[in-house]
Amino acid sequence: MPDLLLELFSEEIPARMQAKAADDLRRLVTDKLVAEGLVYDGAKAFATPRRLTLTVHGIPARQSDLKTERRGPKIGAPDQAVQGFLKATGLKSLDEATIQKDPKGDFYIALIEKPGRPTLDVLAEILPPIIRTFPWPKSMRWGERSAKSGSLNWVRPLHSIIATFGIETEEPDVVKFSIDGIEAGQTTRGHRFMASAEISVRRFDDYEAKLKAAKVVLDPQARKDIILADARTLAQAQGFELVEDQVLLDEVSGLVEWPVALMGSFDKEFLSIPGEVIRATIRNNQKCFVVSDPKTGKLTNKFILTANIEATDGGKVIVAGNERVIRARLSDAKFFYETDLKTRLESRLKKFDQIVFHEKLGTQADRVKRIEKLAAEIAPLVKADVEKTRRAAHLAKADLLTEVVGEFPELQGLMGKYYAQAQGEDASVAAASEEHYKPQGPTDRVPTDPVSIAVALADKLDTLSGFWAINEKPTGSKDPYALRRAALGVIRLVINNEIRFPLAQVSQSAFGSHVTAGYGMGDQVVDLLPFFADRLKVQLRDQGARHDLVDAVFSLGGQDDLLMVVRRVEALGKFLETDDGKNLLAGTKRASNILSIEEKKDKRAFEGAPDPSLYKLDEEKALAKAIDQVGREAGAAVVKEDFAGAMTAMAKLRPAVDAFFDKVKVNDDEPKVRENRLKLLNEIRAATRAVADFSKIEG
Amino acid sequence: MDALPDHMRPERSFQGFILALQRFWAEQGCVILQPYDMEMGAGTFHPATTLRALGPKRWNAAYVQPSRRPKDGRYGENPNRLQHYYQFQVIMKPSPPNLQDLYLKSLAAIGIDSALHDIRFVEDDWESPTLGAWGLGWECWCDGMEVSQFTYFQQVAGVECAPVAGELTYGLERLAMYVQGVDRVYDLNFNGRDGDERVTYGDVYLQAEQEYSRHNFEHSDSEMLFKQFTMAEEACKKYLDAGWKDGKREAHLMALPAYDQCIKASHVFNLLDARGVISVTERANYIARVRELAKACGDAWVHTEAGRAV
Repeated sequence: MPDLLLELFSEEIPARMQAKAADDLRRLVTDKLVAEGLVYDGAKAFATPRRLTLTVHGIPARQSDLKTERRGPKIGAPDQAVQGFLKATGLKSLDEATIQKDPKGDFYIALIEKPGRPTLDVLAEILPPIIRTFPWPKSMRWGERSAKSGSLNWVRPLHSIIATFGIETEEPDVVKFSIDGIEAGQTTRGHRFMASAEISVRRFDDYEAKLKAAKVVLDPQARKDIILADARTLAQAQGFELVEDQVLLDEVSGLVEWPVALMGSFDKEFLSIPGEVIRATIRNNQKCFVVSDPKTGKLTNKFILTANIEATDGGKVIVAGNERVIRARLSDAKFFYETDLKTRLESRLKKFDQIVFHEKLGTQADRVKRIEKLAAEIAPLVKADVEKTRRAAHLAKADLLTEVVGEFPELQGLMGKYYAQAQGEDASVAAASEEHYKPQGPTDRVPTDPVSIAVALADKLDTLSGFWAINEKPTGSKDPYALRRAALGVIRLVINNEIRFPLAQVSQSAFGSHVTAGYGMGDQVVDLLPFFADRLKVQLRDQGARHDLVDAVFSLGGQDDLLMVVRRVEALGKFLETDDGKNLLAGTKRASNILSIEEKKDKRAFEGAPDPSLYKLDEEKALAKAIDQVGREAGAAVVKEDFAGAMTAMAKLRPAVDAFFDKVKVNDDEPKVRENRLKLLNEIRAATRAVADFSKIEG
Repeated sequence: MDALPDHMRPERSFQGFILALQRFWAEQGCVILQPYDMEMGAGTFHPATTLRALGPKRWNAAYVQPSRRPKDGRYGENPNRLQHYYQFQVIMKPSPPNLQDLYLKSLAAIGIDSALHDIRFVEDDWESPTLGAWGLGWECWCDGMEVSQFTYFQQVAGVECAPVAGELTYGLERLAMYVQGVDRVYDLNFNGRDGDERVTYGDVYLQAEQEYSRHNFEHSDSEMLFKQFTMAEEACKKYLDAGWKDGKREAHLMALPAYDQCIKASHVFNLLDARGVISVTERANYIARVRELAKACGDAWVHTEAGRAV
C-alpha cells in the first residue's frame, strides 16, 4: 500500500517547540486519515531546526465506498422540511427516497451512496487546513502576503512543502495543493551551510538518505545519540567525564541539523567559583556541557560545545570563539561571586523593604520577619536550637538579593549556603539557606537537620496561611503559588523526620501574623486541615496505601498530628487485612446500618449507656463486657500511641459482636429491650471510634 | 573590493567595518540614513524603523544609531559594557523571502566566513513594552556569541504590521571586537592605522564613558528630569491633538514632531531609572505612559502621507 511523505521546510524553529510540533503533525494528519476511513499501518514524525517531517505508511490508495441512510421528515410534512431534506441529501425529488413504515407515522429515508475517493484527493483536501491551523505556541506572519488579512501563520517563514504519495516500486504522485503561494512538490534543501542546493526526493527512504548525504540528520534521537557519544568520547580521551544533562541535550539537538561536538577549555583560575555557578554560566548562556574529573569529582576547566558544521579548519576558529565568550561570561560570574562575598548577607536585607512579595501580603521584609518568628516558635517542637533557627530564618532569603542569584535564579538557596559559610555562620544555619526550600516535590530529598526543618516548616506554613488568609486557594489545575507542593512539603518533613507536630496550633499562629498585619480574617484555620488531609490522601494513594483510611482517621476530629494520623492509618490498614479486622468492620457496619434505619424510624438517636438490668441473653452480657474491656484496653493503648496494640484489643471485640448478631434479635417485641439493644449497638460504634470512624472505610 | 586599502578593511578598523555594512546594504537597495539626532535607547526608536514599519508602503533602510543605555555604564571599567554604543539597523518592508541569506552575506562582507564559523539562529522573541511592539525571530550566534537580533515585526506602536517588516540589529562594537580579535572594547582600532596614527575606541570614548557614568548614576538632575518627562509627555499629546487636519481624525500632519517627544520621554525615563529614583511599582507606570505616547504616535502616523494606505 502507498506511503505519504510530508515535509514542511521553514526558517529556524525554536528548539523547545520541535518535539511537540512533530507529535502534533503526526496526530493531526493520522486522526484526519482515520476520520476519512483511511486506516494506515504506521506513522512517524521528525523535526530538525528547519523542517517538520511526517511519514505515514500503508495507507489504502482509495477510500471504501460508503453507504449511509438518512432519516427525513414524516410523510406529509410541510414543504419547507421536505426541501431541506432534499437539499441536505442531494436527492432530486422525493421519488428517489424510500419510505420507512413506523407506528408513529411513516417517514422518508434517503439512501446516500458515497463512492470512495482516491486517497491522493483526500490528502490534497485535508492537509492544507492542518497546516493553516497548526497549533504552534506562537506563530507569525511575514513577507509580501502579510499585507492582507488571512495570510498564513507559521512559527517562522515557511519556504517549501514536500507532499508525495505512492507505492515503493513506482514514481510517487505529488499531492496537489498550495498554501499562500507555496506549491507542494518534491524538493527540499540540505544543510544551510554545507549542502544548501535543492534536492529532489520521492519517498521517505530516499528522502532520509539524501538528507544524510546533504549533512542533515533527520531523527532528533539520532542527533542526541551522536552528541552524547561524541561528547563522552571527547571527555574520556582526556581522562575526564561528561557531566550529562538531558534537558541541555534535548535543547542542543534542536539547534543543529549536523551535530559536531568540540571541546574547549577555560582558564583554571575560574575553578575558584563554585562548580554550580560555572555550570549554570556555561549551560544557560552558552548551551555547552561541562566536564568533571573522576578523580576529584569536581569540574575541570573544559567544556563541550555542539557546532552545526564541519568547519573547514576542523573547528579551531569555532572553539576559539566559544572560549572567548565563555571566558567573558566566567569573568562576569567570577566578578559577581566575588562582589557578593564582599557584602554580608544580613546587610542586604534592608532592600527587602522595597520588594513586594505579594500585593496583599506585604513586602519580602515583612515575610522574612514572619518566618523568623514562626521558625523560632517551631524550633522547640523539632528539637532545634532556637537562636540558630532564628538566625537561619533571618538569612535564608538574603541570597535573592545577590548578583549571582539575580543572574541564575535556579541557584537560590545554594548560593545562600555558600555565602553563609564564607561569612562564618554555623554549619546548620548555612545549610538551612539551601534546605529550607526542600522538599520541592514528592521525590526531592527531605532535610534532616532540625534547624533546616524548622525554617522549612515556617517558610511553607507562612506561605500557606498567607494565601489562605487572602483567599487565594488552589482551584482545579490552577495553583500558581504551588501551595499543594508546600503542603506536601510540610507532610513529608513531619512524617519522614517522625516529628510530633501540632499543626493546628502552629497554623493558627502563622495566621495570627497575617491577621495582625491586617490581611484576611482569623477564622480560616478550620479550612487548612482538610487541605492537608487531601494532600496526605494523595500522598498515600501515590504510595499505594488506602486513602479512605485517612478519612476514617481525620473524621474522628481533632486530628492535626500528621505523624499520629499516618501511624493510625498504617495500623488500621494492617488490622483490616486480618480476618478479625474484616469481620469487625463488617460487624460494625452492620451495627451502624441497623442503627441508622431504626434511628430514622424512631426519629431519635440511641445514645447513652445501656441498662445492664435489661440484658436478657448471655450474648448481650458478653458483648457489653467485651465493649467495656476493649474500650478500656484500646483507649489505654491509644494514649500510649500503641496503635497496633489498640487494634489487637479491638480484635477481641469481634467474637462477641459475631455471637451477638448470631443469637440476638435486636428489634425485640418489648420496646425497652429493643431500645437497650440499640444502645448496645451504638456502644460498638463508640468503642471502635477509639481508633477510627469505621463508617468512612470502604468495603 | 580588491582596491580597499588595509586601513579600511572591516577586520582592521571600526570605521571600515561600519562602511562595509553600509555598502553591503546599499547594494541591496536600502536607503542609507544617518543616525537620528536625538538620544535613544536603541536603533528601533529611530522613526525610520518605528514609524516606517507601519503602513503598506515599501521601505528599505539601513543606518547606524548611537544607542544610550544609562544603566549599562561601568565608568569605563568593564571590557564590554557601555552606556553609549552603536547599533547598525536594517529594516526591510515587506520582509524579503531571502532575508536570512542576505544577513549571512552581510556577515561575509564583514569578514565572517560561514564555512569556518558556526552561525546559528536561536529563538528570541522580541518585545518592547515602551514601544508597544513585538515580533518573532532569533538572536544570531557566531561561535557562541550573540552578534545580531533578527526580528519579523508583528506589531509596532500598538498597530498590526501589514505587511510585516524584517529588522536586523547588529551590535557593532561586539562584532568588531570579534572580527578584530580584541577582548576589550577600548582596544578596538577605530581608524585602522598603526603606530602614531592609530586611534582606538578608547581614545574616542573612554573619557565619555567615565563622565557619563558619573552623570547617570550620581549627578543627573532628577528634579529637572522629572519635569522634562512630564513636559515631553504633555508636548507629545499637544502636538498629536493639534496635528489632526481640520480637527477630524482622518489625516494627521504632525506625527513626526510628536514622536520626537515620545523618544525624549523614553530617554528621560531611562536616565531616571539609572539614577535609581523610580520605584518598582512606579517603573511599570512610567513604561506604560511612554507606551501610550508611542501608540498614539503610531495611530497618527498611519494617517499621514507616508504611513497610510495609498
